[in-house]
Amino acid sequence: MEKLRRLTIKAGSSFAVIAAAISAGVLPASAFAEWNKAAFDAKNMNDVLKAMGGGAAEKSGDIAITAPDIAENGAVVPIAVASKLANTQSIAILVEKNPSSLAAQFDIPPGTEPNVGTRVKMGQSSNVHAVVKAGGKYYVATKEIKVTLGGCGG
Amino acid sequence: MADPMRIRAQLKGDVTEVRVLMAHVMETGQRKDSAGNVVPAFHIQEVTATWNGKSVLTAQFGPAVSQNPVMNFSFKGGAKGDKVVVSWTDTKGDKRTDEAVIS
Repeated sequence: MEKLRRLTIKAGSSFAVIAAAISAGVLPASAFAEWNKAAFDAKNMNDVLKAMGGGAAEKSGDIAITAPDIAENGAVVPIAVASKLANTQSIAILVEKNPSSLAAQFDIPPGTEPNVGTRVKMGQSSNVHAVVKAGGKYYVATKEIKVTLGGCGG
Repeated sequence: MADPMRIRAQLKGDVTEVRVLMAHVMETGQRKDSAGNVVPAFHIQEVTATWNGKSVLTAQFGPAVSQNPVMNFSFKGGAKGDKVVVSWTDTKGDKRTDEAVIS
């Protein structure tokens, strides 16, 4: 419990630094309007959902996350998400404890299988959420991945 | 111009499976160099894939996607000999477009 509290304080302060850097214009602003900067800057799942224009996400058993339980190298964690929900429109991969939660978002046009895979960085052991937009509603599945070696160069 | 992507597109039944390996440093903006200065974020932002001119996938990447990103997806349709074209744009506005023939 004590460890968790320390982590929270540590995480909180680093977020503040990043936020200050962004507002001071130190970090480059996105050059592309299409890239959803607000969603990629968001710190937790609720903020990401808001930035993507959605409300609360419903838990769903129809989303499968294929990823290792224990990732030896946090710099390359293979994650694949498959959705069995009808009319899947987009799939987003979120890493809860990364400085910014959203790692990648895939838009699935009709005809494309709602099944994508990529590799992400994870700073520490964390829950990974797969957020699927299907038929205008948001659904989420979660998997915990333990990282033995962090991937954010810390 | 960045290094070329490696793209493999394979027809399996009525589904075309595509695997893309992009060459990019994917700098997060979190790391510091030896002098203690923050290395600015530099990563692929947008990836689009088309088949016969029709969009089959668009993706937005954040800095948390691994170095030299890998992307797998599959779509219905496609025939041997068709071309799959993948392109990306990064935070500095660099672009790269490569294509593969479905086999």
